[in-house]
Amino acid sequence: MKPVVELSDVWVELGGHTVLEGITMTVGEGEFVSVVGPNGAGKTTLLKVILGLIRPGQGEVRVFGKAPWALGRDRARIGYVPQTEEVDLSFPIRVIDVVLMGRYGALGWMRRPAAADRRAALEAMELVGIGDLADKVIGEISGGQRQRAFLARALAARPDLILLDEPTTGVDPAASGSFYDLLHRIQGRGVTILMVTHDIGVVSQFVDKVACINRKLVVHGRPEEVVTDEVLAEMYGCAALFFHHGRAPHMVVRPHRAFRREGER
Amino acid sequence: MNFLAYAFMQRALIAGALIGATAGAVGVYVVLRGFSFIGAGIAHAAFGGVAIAILVGVNPLWGALVFSLLVAWGIAYTSRRGHLKEEVAIGILFATAMALGIFLLRFVPGYRADLFGYLFGNILAVSSTDLVASFALAGAVISVIALLYKEFLFVTFDPVMAEVAGFPVGILQGALLSLVALTVVLSLRVVGAVLVAALLVIPAATVYQFVRDFHRLLFLSAALGVGEVIGGLTVSFYLNTPPGPTIVLLSAAIFVVALGRRRR
Repeated sequence: MKPVVELSDVWVELGGHTVLEGITMTVGEGEFVSVVGPNGAGKTTLLKVILGLIRPGQGEVRVFGKAPWALGRDRARIGYVPQTEEVDLSFPIRVIDVVLMGRYGALGWMRRPAAADRRAALEAMELVGIGDLADKVIGEISGGQRQRAFLARALAARPDLILLDEPTTGVDPAASGSFYDLLHRIQGRGVTILMVTHDIGVVSQFVDKVACINRKLVVHGRPEEVVTDEVLAEMYGCAALFFHHGRAPHMVVRPHRAFRREGER
Repeated sequence: MNFLAYAFMQRALIAGALIGATAGAVGVYVVLRGFSFIGAGIAHAAFGGVAIAILVGVNPLWGALVFSLLVAWGIAYTSRRGHLKEEVAIGILFATAMALGIFLLRFVPGYRADLFGYLFGNILAVSSTDLVASFALAGAVISVIALLYKEFLFVTFDPVMAEVAGFPVGILQGALLSLVALTVVLSLRVVGAVLVAALLVIPAATVYQFVRDFHRLLFLSAALGVGEVIGGLTVSFYLNTPPGPTIVLLSAAIFVVALGRRRR
């Protein structure tokens, strides 16, 4: 399997704090991988490293075989779905215009979207099941629909890799489930998906791999401490994984159901 | 007596219309980005520039232009680097530049009346040269908005996504703030440094009560800006009240009515 995202011994320091420490992981072509960990574990930072928004202090990052800040035209092959909470819901903009933004990167400076862009946007909206919401204002639709709109925006550029940051925050469980199912179908079209979440329970039914990262562990730098950290182990069911792999951020794991515990969704 | 018969009034109306349109359009970004306070900050900094220009003997608007652009990029830089909270930086700059202006003017006696004009505006004193400068500034600001419509919409709505898509967000935000700075310089003659923020914020905030489409918001806010400046000037002529404050009060009154009648 061709690697799409490769991180090797990636270290990131932000504002004097080490946020990521020695992360090594690979996402292969066509895989659906979720990155789990508690708040502040460095999950979003990891995505930003892959997107080229943060350069690691040390280590190698490769996306489509290139450094993420030197992607050139390949940048348009990455779709990104940010946390919906960061979006201003009172912004006067229609769903179709939000989805069209997915085409902006490939359009370049000063060029306005043309008919072909509009077609691609509408197609992406149909694919995620919100084809009828084009003229609605972004703040008028439900959280689940909005999530699909942002996925459609990522899809509008017809990307080969989609990165999602906590896509189901604030979305009800039923809508989350069908959202993951939708991602699974998009994966079926050959798109590689990397999704950050703290919702390991539901996600593990749909993904190929789970990668557990935790800033706390990274900061301490010694796996033994994480292993004895009962709370984290309980919450994320990662204890066994950490144990086997030694270095926490290193972790990439195979199916997941086995790790699910009682009390998890 | 028809007020259009006066040449000074004709110039005031033309300059006012240009300013109303520009401030109305730029104000949309100001309101949506929630940086109304930045508009006020840049305006007060511009006043510091006016004082320095008077002191060294150049056209005060050049001083205003340089100072307000410096502050605009200073704010853009500060907010990107994040060492200091944006509003703290503005709070400090704003009062310091203002104090500097008044402090320096102590050393140029005879300019007090002029100073008052830059603080509170004096649109009836607009000269033909001012009018040419207004056309140039308004034309520049509106052209940039038209050319970078897509880019500005992107960084205003979703700066993270814009950065991911490869757009230089810091530069675009600095450019947007520069448009605010140019608009402030343009408006200084009309409403003055103290009241400029009103021209930037009120038309956009008023139209925003009814319109849920960015493109229409931009156009209607510019149109309302023109209407309010011209309306305020007319009222001030007949009531013999100071034009700047009259424009602001009229705009505020329209905003209050809009708030009461909004759709949602």
